[in-house]
Amino acid sequence: MAATLTIAVPSKGRLKDNADSLFERAGLALRKTGHERGYSGVMQGLDGVEVAFLSAAEIVHQLESGRVHMGVTGEDLIRETLPDVETSVEFLAPLGFGRADVVVAVPDCWIEVARMADLEDVAAQFARAHGRRLRVATKYLNLTRRFFAKAGVAGYRIVESVGATEGTPAAGTSELIVDITTTGTTLKANHLKVLEDGLILKSQAHLFAAGGADWTEDARGLRGTILDRISKAV
Amino acid sequence: MAAESARKFEALEAQAATLLDVFRRGGYEQVAPSIIQPADVLLDQIGEAIRGRTYVFTDLSGEELCLRPDLTVPVSRLYLERHPRADAAARYCYNGPAFRFQPKGTHPREFRQAGIECFGVADRDSADAEVVLLVADAVKSAGLKRFRFRFGDIALFYALLDALALPERWRLKLRHYFWRPPAFHALLSRLAKGEAPYSDGPVAAFAATLADKGQARAEELVANYLEANDLPLSGNRTLGEIAERLRDHAADLRAEPLPREVATVIDYYLAVEASPHESVDRIAMIAKGAGIDLGPALYVLSRRFDLLQARGVDIGAASFATEFGRDLEYYSGLVFQIENAGDRTSPIAGGGRYDGLLRSVGAPHEVPAVGSAIHTERLLAAIEGES
Repeated sequence: MAATLTIAVPSKGRLKDNADSLFERAGLALRKTGHERGYSGVMQGLDGVEVAFLSAAEIVHQLESGRVHMGVTGEDLIRETLPDVETSVEFLAPLGFGRADVVVAVPDCWIEVARMADLEDVAAQFARAHGRRLRVATKYLNLTRRFFAKAGVAGYRIVESVGATEGTPAAGTSELIVDITTTGTTLKANHLKVLEDGLILKSQAHLFAAGGADWTEDARGLRGTILDRISKAV
Repeated sequence: MAAESARKFEALEAQAATLLDVFRRGGYEQVAPSIIQPADVLLDQIGEAIRGRTYVFTDLSGEELCLRPDLTVPVSRLYLERHPRADAAARYCYNGPAFRFQPKGTHPREFRQAGIECFGVADRDSADAEVVLLVADAVKSAGLKRFRFRFGDIALFYALLDALALPERWRLKLRHYFWRPPAFHALLSRLAKGEAPYSDGPVAAFAATLADKGQARAEELVANYLEANDLPLSGNRTLGEIAERLRDHAADLRAEPLPREVATVIDYYLAVEASPHESVDRIAMIAKGAGIDLGPALYVLSRRFDLLQARGVDIGAASFATEFGRDLEYYSGLVFQIENAGDRTSPIAGGGRYDGLLRSVGAPHEVPAVGSAIHTERLLAAIEGES
């Protein structure tokens, strides 16, 4: 029998561990079906629900296309990936884990740079001295563009970075970064500081509903039950 | 091309043949620069606003490439390939696709530009006029009957800043901020109000100690400060650059506010929007009222309009705005567009002078350059709309 509602949850890492224990506390323990390394499962105590174990990034795409009804993933990934967040997903509940701040950080030797407004000045000076734009290393292309545009900073370009972003200014492949931080330890270790008004997003994991999924009456019923129990368990 | 009817394809091809014919008869050699361009060069020039809409990808060798978002930079690179010393005059024309992401259903993401670029011609005024006239001739030959020009001039704004009594650090800043209107107006009003720059505690106090130091001494002191506070210098910004901004900051803290009249002159200037000849008169009056001499820049503007009028451009129907061109960062002098039925947001053609661009894509020195591109789909639609 086909499931009435499909929910996608992270398949690895701390997001997975946190999600597992949250669903457990909510009385909706996730169980894999088939062999241990499979990618689908069921929710104990709630019939008609199929669980899809996917990467946090893939969950965003599944929500966007409406192939799953609900999903657990990070707000940062949702806001970075979806061009039209408000119409494609609904924020059902913040889950209290997966907390990370997306921030703008510059070398701490830039002692005269404290705020976003300084960056445009630095960009102008840098262009005069080096004949090119400031480079911002990040994997958050869209969040960065939107935030910089709002702050009136334009004299920069993005270099995509998918790992060890915080090391790129010291390595000379970028001048500053946009990255996630939880405690700030990694930034400090790499001699970077967050700009005073450089907080782009305070992110955490959320439970999302897909706007474009097939929302039958039964599916809506299951969604109500899941949201209700999760909200009490958070 | 994708999603295009056979009839429209044929119409665009016929139109392109007409445009190219006009360009070639005007002495412009037809070229076809690569559609796939190295991302680096383009992105350093065009900035994130267009980069956000450029199709960028990495190929199997790991090289970062893009589909050209317009043809000016590709044609400039082609000129440099042929003339690495950038020591020859050259005139090129082209017709081909360019690519930009567009939100669903607004504009086509693949569109065709036909245009001309004129490099290395030292007589800037006549090269400017030549390009404007040739593009007007081309759209007329294609069948467009009613259109008007809109003009601007970036060099004139620079001349105004040069003529005003300003500390050099503010002049540099205003020049750069010209391209970011909100930041520009915020800065101007801060300077005019005499508000101190934003400062945060210890660094501001340290900056203040640099006020009466020379650059070399300031760099030494900054080096000591960094060492004392365990802040190793890393990355590509130098000690000199950090010290320079701290000294500017210190100077701003002590500076007299920008005289109200100076801010007002800039505001008045940027509000000028009228017919070309009226604009020239108004700018001359503003300069006279402020007791400043704009030098040859205003004369150049006025002479350019006379030249165009003498050659048949309806200058009386054209408009001029000092703010026009503020969103096209590589322009350095004349800017213009051809509008149909007063629609400013979707011009049929656009262009201008960009003397700084070739140097930043690798020329050993500045190269005079002016060019224009026609949005061929818009031109076709406008012509069909007229008949």
